[in-house]
Amino acid sequence: MRRILELLERDAQLSHDTIATMTGIPVEQVSAAIADWQASGVIRRYKAVIDWDAVEDDPTAETVTAFIDVSLVPARGVGFDDVAQRIARFPEVRSVYLVSGSQDLRCTVEGRSIRAVSDFVSQKLSTIDRVRATATHFVLKTYKRDGDAFTTPEADHRLPVTP
Amino acid sequence: MRPLNSVIAACPPSGIRRFFDIAAEMDDVISLGVGEPDFVTPWRIREAGIYALEHGYTTYTSNAGLPRLRELICADLATRYGASYDPTDQCLITTGVSEGLDLVLRVLLNPGDEVIVPEPCYVAYEPCVAFAGGTPVRVPTRAEDGFAIDAAVVAAAVTPRTKAILIGSPANPTGAVQPPDALAALVRLAQEHDLYLISDEIYDRLTYAGVHTCLGTLPGARERTVLLGGFSKAHAMTGWRVGWICAPAAVAELCVRVHQYTMLCAPHVSQLAAVEALSAPGDDVDAMVADYDRRRRVFVKGLREIGLDCPEPRGAFYAFPSIRPSGLDSETFAERLLHAESVAVVPGGVFGPSGEGHIRCSYATALPQLEEALVRMDRFLRAL
Repeated sequence: MRRILELLERDAQLSHDTIATMTGIPVEQVSAAIADWQASGVIRRYKAVIDWDAVEDDPTAETVTAFIDVSLVPARGVGFDDVAQRIARFPEVRSVYLVSGSQDLRCTVEGRSIRAVSDFVSQKLSTIDRVRATATHFVLKTYKRDGDAFTTPEADHRLPVTP
Repeated sequence: MRPLNSVIAACPPSGIRRFFDIAAEMDDVISLGVGEPDFVTPWRIREAGIYALEHGYTTYTSNAGLPRLRELICADLATRYGASYDPTDQCLITTGVSEGLDLVLRVLLNPGDEVIVPEPCYVAYEPCVAFAGGTPVRVPTRAEDGFAIDAAVVAAAVTPRTKAILIGSPANPTGAVQPPDALAALVRLAQEHDLYLISDEIYDRLTYAGVHTCLGTLPGARERTVLLGGFSKAHAMTGWRVGWICAPAAVAELCVRVHQYTMLCAPHVSQLAAVEALSAPGDDVDAMVADYDRRRRVFVKGLREIGLDCPEPRGAFYAFPSIRPSGLDSETFAERLLHAESVAVVPGGVFGPSGEGHIRCSYATALPQLEEALVRMDRFLRAL
């Protein structure tokens, strides 16, 4: 059954019929399993992987992404959990991880402009109780994200007919 | 001018070549005629090749090939199949299985010796036997039997001049995987008549149903078996040209002797890349195999749905459907399909008379291309 999830994670648009053929699992079971996963939240939602750098439209619609390292003062009883969850609730924050190393949290923040992200960090993030310091790294160019390389695929150099 | 070599001059050019020439001229061709992976070599292997170039590994290696690579190959055969070959004198690195086959045939054959070649088979088998001074003797296999080799049919072709039997499993062009009992029967036959067995196992890792049987591990086989393998298919390394021979020491020693005078060594950079291929756990091979398997299932089902009966291909990356319902011979079918719908397939007849009435379709092609090819083939069949 895990194979069904692996296929969907690669290509959410595969039909249940195709998944059934690829895995050898009867299509009724494939559909039932997917319905269960959707109901139970194993499958959260389906989305497209978009290379925004390749979208040539209104430059004002650009999205700015920054990685923000946050140092915290831990609190007895809760460690970092309460602050991390508080940060995660902001819609601007796309991801939050507790990490090893000299900083405590690594967050990804998105905004409409460098100014918007800077304001968010200085006014919202750094003013949260027990946030000791922040370090902001703006993304200049995306080469790879979540396993998808954002470069031109290599051309097929094979001859059309070979033995 | 005086006549050229009569054996080579008498050998017809590969039937595949003509289709390549036509297909190369056309736009929008979906090619199911490609006999190599559609993956590029995994990056860690390419990176190792780049490193080797940067650090000047541009020299010859020893004739038999890098000791480290031979050790890795023998260790891999041992863990995967329980085969025991000594890397020092029973293994050599060749410039692809193609060279390996040529070496082995030259070493085994005296002029006029016969080699039994079950067909349909890879297009090079018969010419290589002939170039080595031998006489290829075809024996048929049948789609109804899943192209399993029948030892009784092979036995009927044995003569006092028979020297060896040459088989490929998993097979190009049929995708057939020889059942272990069929292989065991061939080993008994070889023992009975004192024959060598040449086993082309280049597609060993691409086995989807059941497990691969390494011929050299069957009881009584090892002393008379020559194993041919390589990196082209499993590691998507066709252009690097690295293969190997594992054989009894007496055979391997003479193979090295021919190799040292004709090839000297396999490319150094490619050998180092092959070392990397075998050094890390085979996750990328497993991922590629799983991907071929998914496409295999979709494509074979699709062929059957458009009315082309297809024996289940259990290995390699070829489907070999029957085109009998079309009423066309395989050459005409392939040519008309190419012109009418721009889908390139290889006529089964080029792989031997038993391949007639079939076409070889490679599913080492992106899934959307395979699906589009099925649509076009369906339209072609309906218009006949």
